[in-house]
Amino acid sequence: MLELRSILKIYQGGTVNETCLFDDFNLTIPDRQFVCVVGSNGSGKTSLLNIICGSIPIDEGCVIVGGKNITPMPEYKRHRRIGRVYQDPGKGTCPSMTILENMSMADNKGKPFNLLPCVNRRKTEEYRAMLAQLGLGLEDKMGVQVGSLSGGQRQAMALLMSTMTPIEFLILDEHTAALDPKTAEVIMQLTGRIVAEKQLTTIMVTHNLRYAVEYGDRLLMMHQGHIEMDLAGEDKRRLQVADLLTRFNEISIECGN
Amino acid sequence: MALLLSVLEQGFIYTILALGVYITFRILDFPDMSVDATFPLGAAVTAMMISKGFHPLLTLPASLIAGALAGALTGFIHVKLHVRDLLAGIIVMTGLYSVNLHIAGSANVQLFLYNTMFKNPAVSALPYEVQTYVPVALIALLAFAVKFAMDAYLATRSGFLLRATGDNPTLVASLAKDSGKVKILGLSIANALVALAGCVMCQHQRYFDVSMGTGTLVIAVASVIIGTRLLSGLRFLGATLAVVIGSVIYKACVALALELGLSPFDLKLVTAALLLAIIVLGGNRKKVKRHA
Repeated sequence: MLELRSILKIYQGGTVNETCLFDDFNLTIPDRQFVCVVGSNGSGKTSLLNIICGSIPIDEGCVIVGGKNITPMPEYKRHRRIGRVYQDPGKGTCPSMTILENMSMADNKGKPFNLLPCVNRRKTEEYRAMLAQLGLGLEDKMGVQVGSLSGGQRQAMALLMSTMTPIEFLILDEHTAALDPKTAEVIMQLTGRIVAEKQLTTIMVTHNLRYAVEYGDRLLMMHQGHIEMDLAGEDKRRLQVADLLTRFNEISIECGN
Repeated sequence: MALLLSVLEQGFIYTILALGVYITFRILDFPDMSVDATFPLGAAVTAMMISKGFHPLLTLPASLIAGALAGALTGFIHVKLHVRDLLAGIIVMTGLYSVNLHIAGSANVQLFLYNTMFKNPAVSALPYEVQTYVPVALIALLAFAVKFAMDAYLATRSGFLLRATGDNPTLVASLAKDSGKVKILGLSIANALVALAGCVMCQHQRYFDVSMGTGTLVIAVASVIIGTRLLSGLRFLGATLAVVIGSVIYKACVALALELGLSPFDLKLVTAALLLAIIVLGGNRKKVKRHA
């Protein structure tokens, strides 16, 4: 279980531009829940993910995972149990290294990065099979530098790499936003499959309302640091894109944008 | 023939230096100015130890350790104290100047009366014709040992993490590793190699001079760029081999220029102009990160 308790987050504190994003923000996510988060720009979606991952500090409150307070834990240590895919496909892979090297490195997460060879030839077939299920032809490019792949191919690899080793949480930060509709569809299907297979607790931020309706078993709509809408179970299943869009527009009209 | 030998000897010493700088400059993308002081640091340690009667071979591990410590200090200042990379290197470079003087005891130390790894009773016992080739053989052996060790290291899990840190620190954090620690490790290895080059240089020229480090970074960067740019067409050559060849080519260019009557006064100016030309023509200007 992941809990955010009375989070206070102030940006540019102590200056005239001081803005309070979260004030006494609370959120509880049970294990194996797939949460979709929608909301306009500046509503606090990405900040929420950054707070969970420890990428940005908080002013007050605490982040609790499985009953343990992890607020003081640095970002890199939290990532032992977290896989994260970013909006920028470049952030999840190493451009100057080959596909095989990237996969081998991701496979070593959680183990010591010592002086043993990183690439294990015997595992090449396993990686090849994993890449083959993407249907992007990457399985025949094991020796190609990842920097020469397209954004969609890199994002697919980033998703595979972040979920290769045992993790508990998957954090998806608009991970289909930079992709064309067809590739985005492929990545979303892969996401759904991986989350179901590995039974991960997932938080997905998206601007695509259709994905938010189709995927996941809980939906949060954020607005100016508050949760405007929180639907789970039957309510979430009954939700239609049109309903969500209506609510989205209502909020936008209320605050004039 | 003597010219060729001296080019190869000094070229292979530059190789050790350039392989170290390859780690910071190319892999970590870190402009590490501290090498201008860790090169003479290795030489100072060597001069001190040899003049105190230590076995010449002991100076090799000693300078490696001294360089590693200095590199770790640069890394610590950058990573833990959040000082900008260039400034962190300059701070260490400046401070080490005094440290080098203290270690060596004076600004100049001559070692002509002492045994070195190139000049000792064991070498003197060899036939005269063979003796001439001992330095070049030893230096080449050391340079290639460093090259192969580095190739092996860069294929390890730790080496992969080092490459990833320069490429994409976000990924390193995603792998639950602290990229700051990896940077410190990389700087240690790089400066250890640079100090080792200083150690060999000191024994080869048989004196220590506190200002011998001036322009070290430029020499190394020129070697790395010549190697990786001019030889980039030859795909079968690994990056480390390109650095080996680049440093020998660089030394050959300098020797040729001096041979053709270039005044030693103008050497640094010509070096700087040459480096600029290589950078501009080789297209190694400020690179736009190719993400997405």
